[in-house]
Amino acid sequence: MDLDWTSAEQAFRAECRGWLASHVPRDPLPSGDTREGFARHLEWERILHEDRWSVVSWPAAYGGRDATLWEWLIFEEEYYRAGAPQRVTQNGIFLLAPTLFEFGTEEQKDHYLPRMAAAEDLWCQGWSEPNAGSDLASISSRAQRDEGAGGWRLTGQKTWTTRGAFCTHLFGLFRTDPDSERHRGLTYLMVPLDTPGVTVRGFGRLDGDEGFAEVFLEDAFVPDGCVLGGVNEGWSVAMATTSSERGLTLRSPGRFVATADRLIDLYKRQRRAGAPAAPSSRDAVVQAWIDAETYRLYTLADVTDIVEGRSLGARSSLNKLWWSEMDVRMHETALRLLSSAGELTDAAPAAVDGGSWAKGFQFSLSGPIYAGTNEIQRNIVAERVLGLPRR
Amino acid sequence: MRFAFSDDQLLFRDTVRDFLAKECQPERVREAWANDDGLLPDVWAGLAEMGVIGLLVPEALGGLGMDELDLVLLLEETGRAALPGPVIDTVAVAAPTLARLQQAPDHQPIAGWLSELAAGTLLAATNFGSPLVGHADVASLVLLDVEGELHAALPGSMALVAQASVDGSRRLFTVDTARDSTVCLARDDRGRSCIEGAFDRGALAAAAQLLGLADRMLELTVGYVKQREQFGVPIGTFQAVKHHLADALLALSFARPAVYNAACSVARELPDAARDVSMAKACASDAAHAVGRHALQCHGAIGYTIEYDLHLYLKRAWALAASWGDAAWHRDRVGVALGI
Repeated sequence: MDLDWTSAEQAFRAECRGWLASHVPRDPLPSGDTREGFARHLEWERILHEDRWSVVSWPAAYGGRDATLWEWLIFEEEYYRAGAPQRVTQNGIFLLAPTLFEFGTEEQKDHYLPRMAAAEDLWCQGWSEPNAGSDLASISSRAQRDEGAGGWRLTGQKTWTTRGAFCTHLFGLFRTDPDSERHRGLTYLMVPLDTPGVTVRGFGRLDGDEGFAEVFLEDAFVPDGCVLGGVNEGWSVAMATTSSERGLTLRSPGRFVATADRLIDLYKRQRRAGAPAAPSSRDAVVQAWIDAETYRLYTLADVTDIVEGRSLGARSSLNKLWWSEMDVRMHETALRLLSSAGELTDAAPAAVDGGSWAKGFQFSLSGPIYAGTNEIQRNIVAERVLGLPRR
Repeated sequence: MRFAFSDDQLLFRDTVRDFLAKECQPERVREAWANDDGLLPDVWAGLAEMGVIGLLVPEALGGLGMDELDLVLLLEETGRAALPGPVIDTVAVAAPTLARLQQAPDHQPIAGWLSELAAGTLLAATNFGSPLVGHADVASLVLLDVEGELHAALPGSMALVAQASVDGSRRLFTVDTARDSTVCLARDDRGRSCIEGAFDRGALAAAAQLLGLADRMLELTVGYVKQREQFGVPIGTFQAVKHHLADALLALSFARPAVYNAACSVARELPDAARDVSMAKACASDAAHAVGRHALQCHGAIGYTIEYDLHLYLKRAWALAASWGDAAWHRDRVGVALGI
């Protein structure tokens, strides 16, 4: 056990903190899941990129800083501590990029990664379909071979595509072998959304933002260079992405440690303003801090394993269960503290903290659903970690 | 940064696990439920031989001179085996408390106590975790918090009233001492600081044992649901059962790093050690309770008997979750540390 940061890591933290202190917008940006807010967030992404903070863990050649996994954790802690804007580019950076690094050709990496780092290409995820949610292997969107043109013709529909209406590209799974079933015969494709035959329709999420989209594909052509990994090998390629989505990269501890700190601050402000001391509320606030702190410690153990070459495997499902359910509990606690003010949105002058708790609560409720529902994660934990029999 | 144990620490853990798997099987725990003093002297002697009992005793006095981080995994193993006897009070509380006082020249008997403790011949009891003192009837030394002063009481100087625990191997007593029958080992600030440090070490040790108990209950249940068949299939194929056990593993997995972190903080005497211990004890108490509930439910009626072994671990978990400060008490202390 060595729970100290090295002097180099401390210096890195100081550099992060200093830069963020002088660059994070003073007032919070409008939600990045609305059209106007998304544009404002892109400006922020470009500021991040300009000083090479958008993809710190990537090699410098692609716009990163070659940061170690430990330094990445430090960056995330500082990022959320500083109250910096949400990362509207995260689905590309955290989900597609790890797959590109693992399976991409040099040409693909050289083409896509710098543009992703610079927020020039904006990526959304094309997994779910109307009839393929938890049962992802049942997807039916297909890609037909066009030998003459050297590529694939896509037909089908993707849905629940986060920020799909504002993004420029989609990565997803398509059935390339028409006779295949389930996990076989799928291919991982990267699709520019301005391709003829692609139609995107945005629609409102639970919180009212146009954060969702459905993507219709009608004979849309993409060239062979858009195939990531082998043809008909898409399932194993995609699984590399889903494990990073569930695991620590998408939802680092810094995010929840910051939420817990804000919750403690809210509790203190409410008490100072004369709110009655309810022991159960205080207990829940403390529990929130403990939950975030245990997630931080758990992640230190995870990162140690990764750094020393021990694979997390199906354990990343435990990680997803923890952060998603912790996030809901923390926001429920905040709403309890706010009492009647808990229903106010950012449009209400009397809203506390700009209505961010009510908004955050609604967003937190998506956590146990996206990235594989928590029911599916529990099955994975039971079967692959505990070794219980499948059906 | 490295959040993992060393190979040596893991090897020691494995050695203790193997020893207890062989020497402290459930029938031995049942034996401690039924015998006069709730002890298994041969197992205790074996652990003393391995250095576990005197792990925190200075090397010069026959101990290993190691720290809480070396001890935490071993305590987890004693929990896994539901090892009877005053492990927490003797190994994790009395040893470091006496070792700290032993440096003062005016406490001659302390070095002798520590040597005996490391040799496995001195059992200690304390009232720091609760007024219910475990194994006070057989302890050669009882450390007492007497209004903030640290006192030692020797056998024969106390009036004991037995208090039956839900865990039949835990022999609890309320203790009454005559005013001048105890020896004051530390008073004022030093006394309070000794007692606070001792309490934190006890809470940490209880948290570690709770992890082991929870892991054992989970393991028993996983084994059971794989072989128990209903509707023609193992009940472990049912999602309802799977989800119980996934929740059990989730609670345990996130309590574990909190306990290891607290062991690190205590070993290094960090300023946040008390807060970290409280977080650990709260997490471990809640996790063990939750795992116990899932384990009992997945076993069904067989788990609700005293013939099946689950209850041995379940009852120890209940006892330890409540002693050395329960989860709510420790969360309150974390709250104070957080300024709320």
